[in-house]
Amino acid sequence: MKFLRMKPGHGEILLAEGDVAIPEQERELIEAFRRELDAGMWAAVPTEARGGRREAELVRSFAEVPRDAERVIFFPRAAGGAPRTVQ
Amino acid sequence: MALALGTAALVLLALLSELARPRLIAALERRRLRSAERERTANELAYDPGRELRAEQRARALLQSCVNGDDWAMYRDLGFLRVWGNVRDGGQGHSAGAPYAYLIYPHRPIVAYLPQTGALLNEYCVAFPDHSKPYGSPRLPDSDDVLAKWMALTADERRLISDANMHLPGRQIDPETVRRDLLRLARWERERLAHRVDSVRAA
Repeated sequence: MKFLRMKPGHGEILLAEGDVAIPEQERELIEAFRRELDAGMWAAVPTEARGGRREAELVRSFAEVPRDAERVIFFPRAAGGAPRTVQ
Repeated sequence: MALALGTAALVLLALLSELARPRLIAALERRRLRSAERERTANELAYDPGRELRAEQRARALLQSCVNGDDWAMYRDLGFLRVWGNVRDGGQGHSAGAPYAYLIYPHRPIVAYLPQTGALLNEYCVAFPDHSKPYGSPRLPDSDDVLAKWMALTADERRLISDANMHLPGRQIDPETVRRDLLRLARWERERLAHRVDSVRAA
């Protein structure tokens, strides 16, 4: 499983990589996951729905990450863009 | 008397300069370091087109690896992505039967519209600012911004829409531009369909 993070001026960077079946590597992945969420990131897992349609799943904890996921992509959380105007 | 005073003054000056010399040297060193740091920071934060281009190429590769082949082709050819709305039909519908859809542009609002009529519904202003600003800017590369919107929309449409600032069409994107993009999209889809039909016939 790979943890990727989007970064300005860089594209994605590899944060961590490990096999969830190996306890030591799984622990490292869990720590990396927590670090990113604590830093205010969202985590998404690209998935394939029935019929082959691709989509993504937002995960809020490492336990929600499918065990067979190849990648988890971290990206900054959404914020409202242009401010609301008073009509 | 004058000679004695002059000598005493000289000795005093020599002593003072000896005492002040380490501080003077340290101050000069600090100034040199500050100047070097300013120059280094300026070089790091300066806009580097090569770095941004490489970042965008990486972002495009990541986007391509995540979305459907047709969606990737749409973004590559037209510069935006269409995502079918998924809320009102219980999350099952997409394609031509969906009641509404979104256009995702890089670093511009998400535009909601009705595919059946082409009527524009709303603009959803949303950004994904990276406050760590590794190169002085919080902006993700264009294709990363599109991918972030796509992931957030397909994963949790309600959440993204509730986080966005909603406006009527035309606040940031000219409605005529969107209508032209919808016409381009329709033409692009017809051409791809015709190409597929030709390929099947040829096979």
